[in-house]
Amino acid sequence: MADFKFVGKPATRIDGLPKVMGAATFVDDIDFGPDLLHAVIVESPHAHALIKGIDTSEAERVPGVVKVVTGKDVPYRFGLYMKDRYILALDRVRFVGEQVAAVIARDLKTALRAAKLVEVSYEPLPPLFDPLDAVREDCCLLHPDLCECERVPWFFPEADTNVAHRRKTRKGDVEKGFEEADIVLEDTYTVPRYAHCAIEPHVVVGLFDHSDRLTLWSASQSPHTQRNVFAESLAPLGLSHQDIRVVTPYVGGGFGGKAGVTMEIIGAALATTVKGHPVKLRWTREQEFRNTYQRQAVVAKLKIGAKRDGTLTAIEHMLYWDAGAYVEYGANVVNAVGLSATGAYRIPNVKIDSLCIYTNLPPGGPYRGFGYSEFHFGLESHMTRIAKELGIDPVEFRRKNAIQEGDTLAYGALMNPSGLTEAIDRAAEAIEWGKKAAPSKPGRVTGKGFSLMWKAPAMPPNAGSAAFLKFSEDGSVNVMVSGMEIGQGYLTVMAQIAAEVLTVPPERIRVETPDTDRNPYEWQTVGSHVTWGCGNAVREAALEARDRMFDVVHRAHGFETETLYLEDEKVKCRTKSDFELALRDFVITGIAMEDGTFRGGPIMGSGAFMPEFTSALSDPETSQGGHPNVHYTVGAAGIVLEIDPATGRVEVVKAALAVDVGQAINPDLVNGQITGGMLQGLATVLYEDMRYDSDGRLLNPNFTDYKIPTAMDVPREMIPIIVEVPQPDGPFGARGVGEHTMIPAAPMVANAVADALGVRITSMPLTAEKIALAVKAKP
Amino acid sequence: MKKTITLTVNGEARTLDVEPSDTLLEVLREKLGIKSPKVGCERGDCGSCTVLLDGATVRSCLVLAIEADGHEVTTVEGLSADGPTELQRAFVEHNSFQCGFCAPGVVLSATELLRKNPHPTEDEVKEAISGNLCRCTGYEPIVDAVLDVGGAKRGGRDDG
Repeated sequence: MADFKFVGKPATRIDGLPKVMGAATFVDDIDFGPDLLHAVIVESPHAHALIKGIDTSEAERVPGVVKVVTGKDVPYRFGLYMKDRYILALDRVRFVGEQVAAVIARDLKTALRAAKLVEVSYEPLPPLFDPLDAVREDCCLLHPDLCECERVPWFFPEADTNVAHRRKTRKGDVEKGFEEADIVLEDTYTVPRYAHCAIEPHVVVGLFDHSDRLTLWSASQSPHTQRNVFAESLAPLGLSHQDIRVVTPYVGGGFGGKAGVTMEIIGAALATTVKGHPVKLRWTREQEFRNTYQRQAVVAKLKIGAKRDGTLTAIEHMLYWDAGAYVEYGANVVNAVGLSATGAYRIPNVKIDSLCIYTNLPPGGPYRGFGYSEFHFGLESHMTRIAKELGIDPVEFRRKNAIQEGDTLAYGALMNPSGLTEAIDRAAEAIEWGKKAAPSKPGRVTGKGFSLMWKAPAMPPNAGSAAFLKFSEDGSVNVMVSGMEIGQGYLTVMAQIAAEVLTVPPERIRVETPDTDRNPYEWQTVGSHVTWGCGNAVREAALEARDRMFDVVHRAHGFETETLYLEDEKVKCRTKSDFELALRDFVITGIAMEDGTFRGGPIMGSGAFMPEFTSALSDPETSQGGHPNVHYTVGAAGIVLEIDPATGRVEVVKAALAVDVGQAINPDLVNGQITGGMLQGLATVLYEDMRYDSDGRLLNPNFTDYKIPTAMDVPREMIPIIVEVPQPDGPFGARGVGEHTMIPAAPMVANAVADALGVRITSMPLTAEKIALAVKAKP
Repeated sequence: MKKTITLTVNGEARTLDVEPSDTLLEVLREKLGIKSPKVGCERGDCGSCTVLLDGATVRSCLVLAIEADGHEVTTVEGLSADGPTELQRAFVEHNSFQCGFCAPGVVLSATELLRKNPHPTEDEVKEAISGNLCRCTGYEPIVDAVLDVGGAKRGGRDDG
């Protein structure tokens, strides 16, 4: 391993102190003065209905109400990958809680009171909640104009159906593959919807000032993408990117929920209706559950064949996604899975169909793992079942079939370098695989489960990252980037990357949250790609600054630039060992010459990155021919459970996750991702899920009824394991890790429950009740 | 119907007019400009609005401002006049928080615990902060920092 000074070290987070001192500013903390207006949304009570009329007159009469806005006032479409939504519903609502009108008032309480007075008349239509119902031939169409929506070229909507996109991947000959198999196992797995549950609700403040400048302060993972979506959507008002500015301070948790654009477009549009006044829209916790992106539910029909010796021969994976009322972002989750639903396995014959299906539930969208958590539940459950049926140890079975560098992926591209085998060995060792754990109490049983994991960032092929870097007189550095600090430690990691090049310690490097007017472009902070993509841009910016410094020293002192190097915040020379020049002595002030002139100029650097080797274009029938993914991060995980068979109550004794991060820029932060992500994943399998009634109303839109883990719910032991097989095109060899940590949680629990009790549960979550009933029903 | 109340906020007496329906959280944030208590759920579930009322933690979204009339309120801003407390320093050293939205509430809950019980066990720490939801960290680095201040380590492990 290379010898680094700042990379690979557990540096203290640069946002640590502001956060524990209460000094870190989030959008809702910014003061906008006494002119701030507050908006409240009038929501649809119906899952599917036509809007017959909206009477705003009574609401408008309430003292303190400034304006009531309906869809007709801002009749513009928006969407990230497919423009299938309106800012406020125009003539039809498609889920309970959909935004129909907005009341803007001098204070929040007045706005809330007046919103109740907006009269909307509806003509209810039959709703569709089950994706399998929504693909029946005789069912109603939720978006009759589906094929007319503007969309990216890699989406394939199916006319006169509710299928907004179908990703098909074909490799080899699956029929032949199943014929060659000695065992073929088929089953269906179901995964419900989940909520991100960032503790900070979505909030946006918009100001359309009297010079026609539109500024948004937004709790977002995607400032530049938001600006782009606002500019596209509000173009009819004469606004373009130049007129729009998005400022994104600290974000109180994202997990994908604050990627793209959800409610922020309403804030942007409302601001244009009350020129000169800032207007705030803040979601309540209930709205946070009901009307942001949700993790999509899926019904996965899975068929896998293997030979007696354990060699996998074929996979057929049909995934029916309940993508909700609008799929402008969610369709890309479906797309990503359609390319990668083989899991981290070498399988010669592949057939995947991933269907993005409209339903009358809230819009689906990105959630940490981007569809991979969902399909891994079935896939990794299935792998353990096949191994067991063949009489092969499930870990050995995985080791045998694990994908390796250079293998051909399902869509034809080649697999990147990976430490998957090492990850398997170390995760198995950490949970003492093969050795039965002793229960801590009489009557309890124990079980062990195992799972592989992989995931690639799902990005457009032209997703760009950029960085600016500048020095101050004291030799300290500002790095300007537009990725978001959503908790993962991005700011610190960017500082460490710049530090490694410049030899300036990370604590002397400031990296702040962005403002699209001042910071250079970043596509979005999603897909676990910013360490890799933006890290490359920061490294390049630092190298450029370094070269400028060398050039100044060359011009002042005459040393050839190739002989110069940086060490301990000084420029040194290989051919003149007594020469050293501290950065602080010239990065702003320049180098004084004997004649009183100076050489130099403030030192700056810039860097930009785009994965130029990727392409989303491929044969729509097979997905062959493109290079849609930059690389996969892989790993393996194991778990030890102790279960009370009478109650079904599960205790996690030990959970280990080994993940190949290429090069950990900051191992402490990687461990933080593993521990936090694993707990989030365990909660999805052990108790969380979104429950809807038969009218499409969410029954648990709060933390009383949608339980997320408290400090008392953590496993007895969590073991993070870092594997490092470098990614050749990553900064110092790094690749992403943020999302991957929750992906193996669900299947490894299902496998451990099966190991402990002999019952196989194929629907998430595996609640205590479900486990106890399965035990009871056991023959 | 406004009512005039006096709160001692971070050591300073503040007199102001409030509506009877105003929560302590609204008054702290909107009328007094103290932003460390966060709006997370407005029903006492998440703990991000935690403040100390006469030294004891409360959910300021569930307390009416008029109930706090004549009482002493402490937020993270008023914990210490001379920089971070030992606990806050431990949180920084352990990289305890990720997004940090829950941090002010956790700092106050843990501060209350350590005042009452300077050497808590792991279970006592977990129980004390169980009313403060954190979605990012898996809680381990938070628990580690609190235990560290009390001179203990989690589960006998020493890898932080």
